[in-house]
Amino acid sequence: MKEWTWFQAGLALAASFLLAVVLVKPIGVSTQFVILDGMMASTIDASLVVVDDSTSSGYASSNAYLNKSGGKYAANIAKPLNYGLVFVVAMFGGGLLSRMLRKEKSPRQIPEVHEARYGNKAWPRYVAAFVGGQIVLWGARLAGGCTSGHMMSGMMQTAVSGYLFAAAAFVVALPTAFLVYKKKGGA
Amino acid sequence: MEILLAILLGAGFGFVLERAQASDPDKIIGMLTLRDLHLMKAIFFAIGLSSLLLFAGIGIGFISISHLSIKAMYPGVLLGGALLGLGWALAGFCPGTGIVAAGRGRKDAWIFLLGGLVGAWIFTLQYSFLEKIGLFNPWWGGKTTLVDTGAKGATALLEGKGSLLLALALGAVMLVIAKLLPLRPGQK
Repeated sequence: MKEWTWFQAGLALAASFLLAVVLVKPIGVSTQFVILDGMMASTIDASLVVVDDSTSSGYASSNAYLNKSGGKYAANIAKPLNYGLVFVVAMFGGGLLSRMLRKEKSPRQIPEVHEARYGNKAWPRYVAAFVGGQIVLWGARLAGGCTSGHMMSGMMQTAVSGYLFAAAAFVVALPTAFLVYKKKGGA
Repeated sequence: MEILLAILLGAGFGFVLERAQASDPDKIIGMLTLRDLHLMKAIFFAIGLSSLLLFAGIGIGFISISHLSIKAMYPGVLLGGALLGLGWALAGFCPGTGIVAAGRGRKDAWIFLLGGLVGAWIFTLQYSFLEKIGLFNPWWGGKTTLVDTGAKGATALLEGKGSLLLALALGAVMLVIAKLLPLRPGQK
């Protein structure tokens, strides 16, 4: 299958971001990791999220993060069938749909750049993915957004936080990628 | 209605990320090692074009400013952005593209998402402490934009008529950057 050119990809991405903001609100993803965590945690500890009429959302949490902004996250954990979480689950569906419409059903499992340097054993790749995932989401929550929310939606609206987030991310990502994945014996 | 929109917009965005190859770690790392700028050109183009159309749409009253949402600026944005960059380069996924790649059938993406859930939970437990040491104290008034968007609670560095012109100029500059960046630097 012929892949999209950068121009086609850019047009489609622009349409996605613009449609979202015209119809509902700017796209964001990383908050939903906290919501999913909270849903799992509250099945173990039912007192984590409670009904509380005194807050603006009607819910409260013993955890300061879930309780902030009037218990906004606590409310989303108690009632997960809302725009934010459904959007993110649908993104998974979009990836699946794209897979079903491709001739090549099974994607490459270990990145070429990883294999070239570290071989084709699966576990070193899984370690990189797991550790990377931890750092990415911890960082995204500290920053209050990820590539979608800060970089794309933020810079689209000329948010100062969006530009500075993007700059900080690339300043660290470029040297890291060179160090970890540069092929032995030259570029 | 909102749930239906969430399904359509989410699935559309996921599909587009997959077709743009943004959920392929080889493409992400290719971009970050400056060998293959396909994605960087696409991202610059997408932000530039969507920004141009957004401000044009606001200007003619087609887009409601109540839909805008500006994120605050505070020291954690820089530290968190830097850490996201670190993990992004290591794993080749960011939160959104990890989800899409899992849908595409990549096992390493599932592992990434598992790590992400752990990282997000550790953060949730540490939030009080991180707030106490000032990582969330607003800089420059917090929700600040370059251009006057009219978004709720946000302040603009530049107000008035020149503001819309600056927005259009910024969008245009990004389109030019997208066009000028070489697709494969170092290759003739």
